[in-house]
Amino acid sequence: MAEYKIQIPVFEGPLDLLLYLIKKEEVDIYQVNLAHIAAEFIEHLEQMRKMDLDVAGEFVVMAATLIWIKSKELLPVEQRPQILLEDQDEVDPRWELIRKLVEYKKFKEAAGELQIQEAVQEDVFEHQFPKQIFPQLEEDQALRVSLVDLLKAVNGVLEKIRQKGAEHEIVTERWTVHEKIVSIQKLLQEKKKICFTELIHSESTRFEVVVIFLAILELTRLRLIRIEQKVRFGEIDIVDAVEAV
Amino acid sequence: MELKLIIESLLFASSKPLTVAEIKKIFSGVVDKSEDLQVKIYKKISQREIEEALENLRLDIEELGRPWSLSCIGGAWQFVTRPEYAIWVRFIMGEKPRPPRLTQATIETLAIIAYRQPITRAEIEEIRGVSVDGVIGTLLERKLIQQLGKADLPGKPTLYGTTLEFLQYFGLSSLDALPDADQLRRRRSGALQINLDNENQKSEKTEIMEKEVSPEGLAEDLEHKEVDE
Repeated sequence: MAEYKIQIPVFEGPLDLLLYLIKKEEVDIYQVNLAHIAAEFIEHLEQMRKMDLDVAGEFVVMAATLIWIKSKELLPVEQRPQILLEDQDEVDPRWELIRKLVEYKKFKEAAGELQIQEAVQEDVFEHQFPKQIFPQLEEDQALRVSLVDLLKAVNGVLEKIRQKGAEHEIVTERWTVHEKIVSIQKLLQEKKKICFTELIHSESTRFEVVVIFLAILELTRLRLIRIEQKVRFGEIDIVDAVEAV
Repeated sequence: MELKLIIESLLFASSKPLTVAEIKKIFSGVVDKSEDLQVKIYKKISQREIEEALENLRLDIEELGRPWSLSCIGGAWQFVTRPEYAIWVRFIMGEKPRPPRLTQATIETLAIIAYRQPITRAEIEEIRGVSVDGVIGTLLERKLIQQLGKADLPGKPTLYGTTLEFLQYFGLSSLDALPDADQLRRRRSGALQINLDNENQKSEKTEIMEKEVSPEGLAEDLEHKEVDE
């Protein structure tokens, strides 16, 4: 059983931790006693380690730098190592660190401003006008079907029924739109795509075709299905819109 | 007719935000087709005049105290609602489809790139004091930054800069609109020479970059690319 451990603020890096410690001291970055901060910094690393936090290498490097600075300051002035004149690149590590801290602090503050902007943008809405929507070609080149296409298909089927000579229909209210919706949905659960003509069988009456048509319209309106055509004037497919998303 | 009011009518009727370049194009299109003297006076209108008119219009609307404002986001002007009214507007508009907010590490890195672009990974790490490998990946994935080419330094490290999407995400008109931009933006030092070996870059883009490697130039260029499309 892992023991419960208290939370300490998460630091983005050694500079972040240093800034936090300096802020706690309530001193100006330029006035800070780095030797004193060094002790606190190392104490913090110990705490992080105790809390099973991975102490990244960068923190250790910073600790080493701080100890180095501290050790130099502990020496009496006359014994401090003289910076060789020809070694122009050598800079006072103390000032180098402070310069870095100041720079990092600026960006941390800028990041804070950006964070505010980020939140504000969530509350800003653009003035919108409906854009004209053009039919989009799906990846599988399926064409979205217009109402006219669907009507054509229905008329085609009705024409066939008429030609069959079923002139003396006995009208019984055997079909309801609701029933057809349920049956189409059931079919769609079995296979993802059904063909419009599949829904109609040879015994279908005019009335049944009309009911099927109404069921398709209703399902489309509810955006539960999508009707597609692979080629213009081709077969009309009914696709499960919920699945397709 | 006053210039700023003509521009307002365009912005009002447009189904999308308009850039200064687009507005200028509209003006020349109208002037070419019209004999009307009231229209002809705008024959030689400059980008600068349009920019000034837009800025005046923005201030006009601000003074009216309306719940919307005229806003320039990534170079494109549009009307937007004021954030104070979000609680009402959200009811009809729904939540804006935005990815989750950026983490502290990501936004700090992004800030450094935004102000100091073009910048190499090593330079970012120098400022942050920690590795930024994963964070750079996230920012690239979210299209908030892009590769700008290679620095003429040993190992030819990649240079990074922000994108148009960055400006849009934070609702900024340009990089100059970054908070404290004048203080934090990179001074032109010439120490970093851009060596563009990206063949996809358009020749005009290369031209702009050779003239002056300015992030504004890049943002503007991106914006023009959008217009062309």
